[in-house]
Amino acid sequence: MFGFLLRRLAVLIPTFLGVSIIAFSFIRLLPGDPVALLSGERVMSPERHAQISAQLGLDRPLVMQYFDYLGGVVTGDFGSSIVSKQPILDQFLALFPATVELSFCAIIIAIALGIPAGVIAAIKRGSFFDQSLMGIALVGYSMPIFWWGLLLIILFSGILQWTPVSGRISLMFFFPPVTGFMLIDSLLSGQKGAFVSALSHLALPSIVLATIPLAVIARQTRSAMLEVLSEDYVRTARAKGLSPFRVVGIHALRNAMIPVVTTIGLQIGVMLAGAILTETIFSWPGIGKWMVDSVFRRDYPVIQGGLLLIAGIIMLVNLVVDLLYGLINPRIRH
Amino acid sequence: MKVKLALAAALLSATFFASAASAKTFVYCSEGSPEGFDPGLYTAGTTFDASGHPIYSRLLEFEPGTTKPVAGLAESWEISEDGTVYTFKLRSGVKFQTTDFFTPTRELNADDIVFSIGRQIKTDDPWHQYVPGTSWEYAAGMGFPDLIKSIEKVDDLTVKFTLNRPEAPFLANLAMPFASIMSKEYADSLDAAGKKEQLNQMPVGTGPFTFVGYQQDAVIRYKKNADYWGPAPKIDDLVFAITTDASVRYQKLKAGECHLMPYPNAADVKSMKDDPNLTVLEQEGLNVAYMAYNTTQAPFDKVEVRKALNKAINKQAIVDAVFQGMATPAKNPIPPTMWSYNNAIEDDAYDLDAAKKMLEEAGVKDLSMKVWAMPVSRPYMLNARRAAEIIQDDFAKIGVKVEIVSYEWAEYLERSKDKNRDGAAILGWTGDNGDPDNFLDTLLGCDAVGGNNRAQWCNEEFNSLVKKAKTTADQEERTQLYEEAQVVFKREAPWATLDHSLSIVPMRKGVTGFTQSPLGDFTFEAVDISE
Repeated sequence: MFGFLLRRLAVLIPTFLGVSIIAFSFIRLLPGDPVALLSGERVMSPERHAQISAQLGLDRPLVMQYFDYLGGVVTGDFGSSIVSKQPILDQFLALFPATVELSFCAIIIAIALGIPAGVIAAIKRGSFFDQSLMGIALVGYSMPIFWWGLLLIILFSGILQWTPVSGRISLMFFFPPVTGFMLIDSLLSGQKGAFVSALSHLALPSIVLATIPLAVIARQTRSAMLEVLSEDYVRTARAKGLSPFRVVGIHALRNAMIPVVTTIGLQIGVMLAGAILTETIFSWPGIGKWMVDSVFRRDYPVIQGGLLLIAGIIMLVNLVVDLLYGLINPRIRH
Repeated sequence: MKVKLALAAALLSATFFASAASAKTFVYCSEGSPEGFDPGLYTAGTTFDASGHPIYSRLLEFEPGTTKPVAGLAESWEISEDGTVYTFKLRSGVKFQTTDFFTPTRELNADDIVFSIGRQIKTDDPWHQYVPGTSWEYAAGMGFPDLIKSIEKVDDLTVKFTLNRPEAPFLANLAMPFASIMSKEYADSLDAAGKKEQLNQMPVGTGPFTFVGYQQDAVIRYKKNADYWGPAPKIDDLVFAITTDASVRYQKLKAGECHLMPYPNAADVKSMKDDPNLTVLEQEGLNVAYMAYNTTQAPFDKVEVRKALNKAINKQAIVDAVFQGMATPAKNPIPPTMWSYNNAIEDDAYDLDAAKKMLEEAGVKDLSMKVWAMPVSRPYMLNARRAAEIIQDDFAKIGVKVEIVSYEWAEYLERSKDKNRDGAAILGWTGDNGDPDNFLDTLLGCDAVGGNNRAQWCNEEFNSLVKKAKTTADQEERTQLYEEAQVVFKREAPWATLDHSLSIVPMRKGVTGFTQSPLGDFTFEAVDISE
């Protein structure tokens, strides 16, 4: 297992370098000059433009800029935003817990509902339940997040007034962040009602963000289960007289889990992309919104730093998924 | 049992009185995050609303609801005969805010003024580059580095600015957020602690509200500044709930989660007006959208051709299609809310037959041209492509073929400056300081050719009028000069003026004391809530 871990870690280094080159060069391939954007319609003189470019190091050859950047990253310095002038790592660390909290809740919802739904649909293949579930999953998968989020806000917050419209917690509560996770911080604050408020703020955005992964997981679970349920060993297990619960829950489900775990791992990447839209709609102060704003402002350091950090996290998630395969199916370790 | 009941009653009444006497919190659903809290560093209105206006004050302030500079931290001022020396007498007893992170030991004095403006213009000032990559964009844009020769402390409460040339808009410039006055004592203490960058993150000023905390991209909190030198704010706490999506801001306003919001979707305005819980304020914005011909290139170098094309633009159709009525067609290059707006000028009437005839008379046949459409939505032009399509359609009717072109925003700004650019570019401007000079000379003066002057138009008569107005102190005389300049502009038609958009502010019914600023600022020192 240790050798397996080392092999996987060794692959991460070139991947990380590749991502850093892509993150660095792609944003520079886009037309648009970050220095000119600082002044908008107000024209900047060529001298000032040159002066500011020099201050930001943007006048140096691209290769030099890249190595400067890489040198910084290795020592933990991701640079500062051109626009806000704040260190990128500080901003990322302040915003990332909000994205993690939202994505975590969403993936929990997606797994908790998606896997059982897929299993039931597989067992009752062709039934009304199966067909309607897969129909709903298809709709969920095709739903534009932006529209779906607004629809839920109008229904649950506007008309029914069950949930707050946006934000992470009611403005009545005010306490300094300890962990950055609002659910935990609200409990730590000891303020009455803070946790419930945080939870109610989390409900709609998690549901919106969970929608697509939920649909994908349900469909994937169903097809994996269908395949496994037709295997000989399942028939043998049934013939042995095991209870249907044991046959499905122990024998079939465990073997069907490998493609499902892969899907869940991939969905975490998809979720970070979905978080961009969800965060924008629900004014959720996470990294998705931060990155989008930076693209519009051509804030190179934020985009490349943010991309690299996000890619690093996705690589780690993939590593964990790989390790999980090993746990689910020991043959994969070799 | 009786004891229990009495206890419960006591608790209930305590709760009731506690809430009755509880703080008044005003929630503003702002449209974006501030870039930082030192207004000198930035140019975005969103940043000024969160920093310059609540936290700081300036030597002069704009009178609420107008663009007239009035006394602020300076209670009076004198201007030398030649218009180059401004001596300001400071208000005495002005206190800086006391916060968790700073307790001032002295009141405002001339050192603070010298520090606040000086750091923006002197490249050798130790605070000039306190944040890497600082460009002091606004001070540079207003020409301060070249304009200001020196800033001197005469005594504790007197400060003298010496200019290199007379400049009438100087007082208005000092009322702009970038000229906010910071505490030198605070800056010195940060310098000593090696935490200079904190000046931009944990602000201390003399404004109506004291900074309490900022949670990035989510919430900014302020509390009433009990020591404020002006009329005390009526609310105790001010909260900015950052909500970037306009539809979501509207839902929050409807649900009572905020009291006031900026920049609604044009499509929502009607239902806002129908909502009995909301009040909708409306005012013409301090902006203009225009289409600039390149007046150095044939056939647009001919006045008759530009005039003919202007006659073929249906501005009302643009206002209806792009703004759903939330704008007014523009006839002058400055907005109607600005002093010296020449209302006597008559706009070119939309008349396709006349336009066609004029083109024929000018000897122009089978004209093909480019119309440049901005790729972004700005307050003065929400959808430039849609506007360009309407123009394309109208021009086709007079035999002019239009190709619509667009580029990425920074690229668009850069390319449209080019003296050899072909065709006509749609662009606009939002006023900075309420002074007509900020439109007429900045956008149409000869110095701006190859830069902000996208028409590449240098007209001697116009230029001498606006230059003279810039150095004239007397406002009546300036008004006359600008009115004349607008007549020349209309006659020469370097632009097709398109529209001035309306600024719409929806708020909850119980909100009082909010005044719409022609400059588009959102300030809350006078607001109160009764709900």
